[in-house]
Amino acid sequence: MEANIAIPSDSKETWSGGGVRPFGASYGKMMMWFFILSDALTFSGFLAAYGLTRFKFIDSWPIADEVFTHVPFIHGDYPMYYVAFMTFVLIFSSVTMVLAVDAGHQMKKNKVTWYLFATIIGGLIFVGSQAWEWNTFINGSYGAIKTSDDKILQFVKDGHQVGFADFVVGDRGDERVTHTKKNGLWFVSGQTVADYSVNQVIESYKADPSIQIKSELIDTGKKQKVVLSREEGLEQLLKGTQIVEGANLQVNEYGNTIFANFFFFITGFHGFHVFSGILINIIIFFNVILGTYEKRGSYEMVEKVGLYWHFVDLVWVFVFTFFYLV
Amino acid sequence: MAHAHESNVKRIWNVFFILSVITIVEVFLGIYKPAGLHLTNFLGTSPLNWIFIILTLAKAYGITWAFMHMEGEKKWFRRSIVWTAVFLICYLVTLLLLEGGYLFDTLGPLVQW
Repeated sequence: MEANIAIPSDSKETWSGGGVRPFGASYGKMMMWFFILSDALTFSGFLAAYGLTRFKFIDSWPIADEVFTHVPFIHGDYPMYYVAFMTFVLIFSSVTMVLAVDAGHQMKKNKVTWYLFATIIGGLIFVGSQAWEWNTFINGSYGAIKTSDDKILQFVKDGHQVGFADFVVGDRGDERVTHTKKNGLWFVSGQTVADYSVNQVIESYKADPSIQIKSELIDTGKKQKVVLSREEGLEQLLKGTQIVEGANLQVNEYGNTIFANFFFFITGFHGFHVFSGILINIIIFFNVILGTYEKRGSYEMVEKVGLYWHFVDLVWVFVFTFFYLV
Repeated sequence: MAHAHESNVKRIWNVFFILSVITIVEVFLGIYKPAGLHLTNFLGTSPLNWIFIILTLAKAYGITWAFMHMEGEKKWFRRSIVWTAVFLICYLVTLLLLEGGYLFDTLGPLVQW
């Protein structure tokens, strides 16, 4: 190695490191690896922060199986299935990417084109699923009541969670409706008024003895949320201040608000990586079609972009474990 | 790279098969949560969680070594990436999880249920 010796950099190849290959890796590939290392540390910082927060609220953290229970076009409780599907899509798009790299080594332009195309499609399916997952999470499933001491109360009947529509009767009792431009001042806007009021929910709870309240607290023996007795439930319910439907950065019908914050932040940051990966794949895809790498005599660019794409898959493997499984 | 022109297609599908089987096992255990693994405690968490973590690391190894072709890189280049990541992540995770447990021990009793 030419340690401490300046290498002439006035040749045309400076962008690619001037042909110097320490460790037998080209400049671009080596820098991609170091970028991936730093990005891996960023993601582990997020996931470790998630771990810290979960340990801090270990006795009341939302149970993932009760949060992510939806599958598109199908009603009912199906925890895990959809996110497992997403995981397969991403692993499979990793496979088509590595097949594209392999075809590139053999200078088979046609194969590289088709494998890259499949990779892009896989990426799009994944981001689409992610958007659907977010939409479902933001809209919520059952609705809950938030109390004055910041706790979330959910409703169960015969051991199954139920929504407001399943037991709330009567009317709001306070005549409030959501302000719209056509029935009020068009230049002001107000908050959306929920279909039900807290008082109405309390009255309906009193009227229907089959309804019980599920608290956020976890029974450590059974690893399930504690269901309160009718009397304890009423006592908690009387502290109710707000109807919560869905999750956002202020409230979360599934439990701790910070759970929603971490969900949005970590899956959002990962989704943004997938999105930028798709864009880079598309650029590379057109370069392959135009014959850029054929002329260059090497498909190494596909390999470098492939490293990034595999990394996105690698991160998802960890997000999947720590958000949905553990 | 002396082996640059030979095809690895068969190996790629093998690795995909292994990764798929691991994912299916994870999903199966995640849905059924066998009580003997889920409700017992081993080294600070349930054996089920340890299984998930070990399977995840196995998947990460498969992706990095086979798909990202880490096995083909020079030994010390590989180590400059892998050792750095493994060391720093273990360090960070240990500190943060200990701190999280401490926060629960001190703040948990102040929360009224």
